[in-house]
Amino acid sequence: MSDILTHLQQIFRDVLDDPRLQITRESSAQTVKDWDSLAHINLVSAIEQEFQIRFALGELAELKNVGDMIDLMEQKLAVR
Amino acid sequence: MPAAVLLRKQKALRRDLLNQTHLLGTRIALLGGSTTTEFASLLELLLLEEGIQPDFYFSDYNKYFEEAVLDPSRLIQFGPNLVFVYTSSINIQGRAVLEATEDDFAAHVTSEYMRFASIWNALDEFVGGMVIQNNFELPAQRLLGNFDLISAAGSVRFVNQLNSEFAREAGKRTKLFLNDLNAVAASVGLKNFHDPRRWYGYKIFSTPEASLEIAKSAAGIVRAIYGRTRKCLVLDLDNTLWGGVIGDDGPEKIKIGRETPEAEAYSAFQEYCLRLRDRGILLAVCSKNSESIARQGFAHPDSVLKLHHISSFKANWDAKYQNVKAIAAELNIGLDSLVFVDDNPAEREIISAQLPMVAVPNVGSDPTGFISVLEDGRYFESVRLSREDLERSQQYEANAQRTAVESRFETYDEYLDSLEMSAEIAPFKPVYVDRIAQLINKTNQFNLTTRRYTRAEVESLASNPSCITLYGKLADKFGDSGLISIIIGRREGSILHVDLWIMSCRVLKRGVELIMLDSLISACQRDGIAEVLGYYIPTEKNGLVADHYAKLGFERAGGNEQKSIWKLKVSREYAPRNKYIKEPVHE
Repeated sequence: MSDILTHLQQIFRDVLDDPRLQITRESSAQTVKDWDSLAHINLVSAIEQEFQIRFALGELAELKNVGDMIDLMEQKLAVR
Repeated sequence: MPAAVLLRKQKALRRDLLNQTHLLGTRIALLGGSTTTEFASLLELLLLEEGIQPDFYFSDYNKYFEEAVLDPSRLIQFGPNLVFVYTSSINIQGRAVLEATEDDFAAHVTSEYMRFASIWNALDEFVGGMVIQNNFELPAQRLLGNFDLISAAGSVRFVNQLNSEFAREAGKRTKLFLNDLNAVAASVGLKNFHDPRRWYGYKIFSTPEASLEIAKSAAGIVRAIYGRTRKCLVLDLDNTLWGGVIGDDGPEKIKIGRETPEAEAYSAFQEYCLRLRDRGILLAVCSKNSESIARQGFAHPDSVLKLHHISSFKANWDAKYQNVKAIAAELNIGLDSLVFVDDNPAEREIISAQLPMVAVPNVGSDPTGFISVLEDGRYFESVRLSREDLERSQQYEANAQRTAVESRFETYDEYLDSLEMSAEIAPFKPVYVDRIAQLINKTNQFNLTTRRYTRAEVESLASNPSCITLYGKLADKFGDSGLISIIIGRREGSILHVDLWIMSCRVLKRGVELIMLDSLISACQRDGIAEVLGYYIPTEKNGLVADHYAKLGFERAGGNEQKSIWKLKVSREYAPRNKYIKEPVHE
């Protein structure tokens, strides 16, 4: 399990208030319970805050699942 | 709690807060010029922390005008206690052209102002509850730079003017309150307030941090509307009101005055406390010191606060939580009315743990930070200043004099007689509606049923022919206690149900309940009512009045542990109970 995934798991658990939630690279809004539009907004802000990165407008719309998100975050963290 | 943690864990926090008992429900309609879900979930969290549980209505996106003015049917059906018009500068319509004249500017301001006034008018007509309206933050862009503030084409000037029109109107309307978005944005900083990505992505104009600050500001107003604001500041002395330790350093060595930077900072904090007192917030002292030495600090020539500003003074070596409880008891206010200020983190922690109802802000140990921490807590938010607010400190001073007199009399009756009390008791009048609503919503101890009524409900009761409403005001030779007791009775045939009977604890044991009963019975005789039914619904706080009806000669007429029922026949031979309060003949 990648470091980012472990880290994201905790953020997802906090934001979605589900301490036993297990996310994988394949998880998406369709497969994770309670990942609605408001939760999505809160997830994005929590991730930006935690990793000190910023997603540009439109970047997130392209993502299919958590795996895509991790790849995007890795790119951003690499050029920091 | 840091904003980032609160935002991230809000769902869990909400779940915990929903476990409390005695939540006060309220229905809030959000008419948004943008997406309001994030704001609503934060507002809910902050209100739950204060024991208020909101039930929300959301307008369709950006239909704040339509759903108030053109088709309010869904809103009317929801029946809100509060309507929140959640707009911001992004909702301002029309844009000035560079050639705009002064007349164009004035016309633009008027047209925007009228658009909102028609919302408030429609809400008043169709819904009738309280309205909270955001004012406008300064625009993110200033095309003309500094000249934007001056030019008739300037958007900064436009926002300033519109905000001042809103403020003037809110001053005139009793049910319109402004949420000062402009002040929130200034405090957060405009660069941290707007986030265009969130605007284009989600139609939320603010950053998460700004949404939280807006929610804090709004929660302050809601709390104030429901009378859930704090009433008393409990202050430590050493390194809180002055620098140094008076017992070790001596009264002449404490840091207060204008001589050093530190002394100036403590003086500024004392001045802030005094200004709070002038607007009706009580000041109390809670210090680990010997009392005689602690008092000397206030005799220091540079001390802004004097002993007579302190309504309750506790300086001894007992645990502070015992003293804090004693202060609340002495002032006849609840622990949930107190804000505890102490530079010592250990003392703060003990108070939070022992007395969770007391607000214990983390003021730190640097006196220059005390004021801003207290301001951020919005403990003393008010929606209007009543005459009672301004006179409250004097009233408590008079109470202390009464206590002193009390101990000089052989019997309590002698004491009551000596007070030369007089009362005014009459049906609700428009001029007292604000005070009545305020008292109804903040009285917890002498309150038989703990029913809450909004200002609008109070107004409609006053004109309802099947209701008997009474307010009581009390004065004595030491001062005027103002409006301190309320009865609301609802008639059903020849029976009167007493839905509400409350009294302010500052006039406890003065016989006010007797004269209120006398007035209630004479109103019943006049209206041909045969029987009065009283109800007692126990709560954590109203044990004081468990025997209220029994003491007044009512008979138990059933009920259960959750609610007891009491009955009194209205007879022609009713002998008035009041002995010591004179009632001037009213008009």
